[in-house]
Amino acid sequence: MVDMSVNIAGVTLKNPVTVASGCFAFGREYNEFYPISELGAVSSKGLTYQKRLGNDAPRITETPMGLLNSVGLQNPGIEDFVKYELPFMKEVGATVIANIAGKTVSEFAKMAEILDETEVDMIELNVSCPNVASGGMAFGVSCDAVSEITSLVRKSTKKPVIVKLSPNVTSVADIARAAESAGADCISLINTLLGMRININTRRPILKNNTGGLSGPAVFPVAVRMVRDVYKAVKLPIIGMGGITTAEDAVEMMIAGATAVSVGSANLADPYAAYSIVNELAEYFEKNNLKPSDITGSLIEY
Amino acid sequence: MDKFVDIAPIVEIRELRDGLFLLSFESESIAKNAKCGQFVHIKCSEALFLRRPISIYNVEGAVVTVIFEVRGKGTKALSEMSAGTLLNVLGPLGIGYSLSEYSGKKVWLIGGGIGIFPLYMAAREYKGNSKVILGFKSRAFVAADKDFAFTGAETHVVTDDGSYGSKGFVTDKFKELLEGDKPDAVFACGPMAMLKGVYEICKENGIDCEVSLEERMGCGLGACLCCVTPVKVADTTENLTVCKHGPVFKGKEVF
Repeated sequence: MVDMSVNIAGVTLKNPVTVASGCFAFGREYNEFYPISELGAVSSKGLTYQKRLGNDAPRITETPMGLLNSVGLQNPGIEDFVKYELPFMKEVGATVIANIAGKTVSEFAKMAEILDETEVDMIELNVSCPNVASGGMAFGVSCDAVSEITSLVRKSTKKPVIVKLSPNVTSVADIARAAESAGADCISLINTLLGMRININTRRPILKNNTGGLSGPAVFPVAVRMVRDVYKAVKLPIIGMGGITTAEDAVEMMIAGATAVSVGSANLADPYAAYSIVNELAEYFEKNNLKPSDITGSLIEY
Repeated sequence: MDKFVDIAPIVEIRELRDGLFLLSFESESIAKNAKCGQFVHIKCSEALFLRRPISIYNVEGAVVTVIFEVRGKGTKALSEMSAGTLLNVLGPLGIGYSLSEYSGKKVWLIGGGIGIFPLYMAAREYKGNSKVILGFKSRAFVAADKDFAFTGAETHVVTDDGSYGSKGFVTDKFKELLEGDKPDAVFACGPMAMLKGVYEICKENGIDCEVSLEERMGCGLGACLCCVTPVKVADTTENLTVCKHGPVFKGKEVF
């Protein structure tokens, strides 16, 4: 078996295929289909300091080759995660990224402190959720806010810190630089693109939240471009995501600059999506006699 | 493991009435595990990203049958498939009706519109021990009533305009039947307003009530948390997924 391991901020992932926050809950459902320990890492559902019920349904609608969602960070809260979900994830052998979404800057720090004492492998700062009234994307579109949150979290934990960026910005490179200089270990992108669908008969939005985040194959080219922008702007490793559904997509994302990739919406369409990508990626590396580091950032630009 | 992704050949597809289709596919793994009230999540087209959830109508041997109405692009594409086509099906999913819990007891089945179909396996199970009330807008919308009657269950059909069966809503017929008899439980499926009406009558009469809900779905497995509905749990309300915690809930938990 070909060695597909990659290193991100001192953490070894057995392969570059991770699953994106919010599309995989805490892995229980997918572990019924295949061992989730076969993935590079699992990013948890976005966690808040206190339990959140999320937005009212409808929360999802199909779009041309993708979907809009407005879940709104429904989660059991950081304490329940540490008590009930993390032990399961570690017991089945998953490498765990805890995705945290503070309502305030200090909530990020408080959660990072709690996670510092746990078996979580990495912490991902969700400064890019488009579906919440306070925090979320409002942080991720400002270099100052990203910088403030990242440096505060940096002081609160020894765990590697990933900053997950929003595509809903003018210059994603500027935001990535702000995260890098504030002490981030890794950048992940893209979160979803803010969007809307309307029922033309009722003239009402399909989602109860009015707007939602667009994901799926439709956003893939945007994600590839943004990963490239960030790759050129910072020296940090990148976890690239946004519409990946095949091993070819994963390779493309890595050529653009990603050290690892994340599979999100594809899990909703096919429970085996991420696992299939792991296997097909192994075939790709074997057949071409390559290793992940040979292709990361290897784009030959015009 | 009790749920599977199967590439299942379609053995039959036909239009029952305008826009209403019966589709049968062969899948031993799904058929063996399917229970009344559960659903399958079907990839309807390569051009569409998400699957479409459709409740199970019947299981015979290795053949699973669903009945669906063309509502949008997904169901339209599904209706255009033909026998022999390989269908990508995930299932069986969700929690169905508590069929065995009420075994030997008296259960009435109340369905409205295309909500009647998930109740068919219960009628087959309870047979003459059960009463069935099926409600439709008008004669043009009536389907499968003879199949329900054929199970031996006492089957009543009502239409809003009286063009078939008796005139009125299922709740009218339910109240009428309660004058001479009373079930231990009611299993219901249909529009929300109907379910609420049925539940209120059950509550007044001390009858257990289980209802099947619908919501726009993503993964179908309980992971993406898109298809939630508020459910009373202990003394609080939780947003539970219709796909994993439902689609069948106790009436008293959701109304």
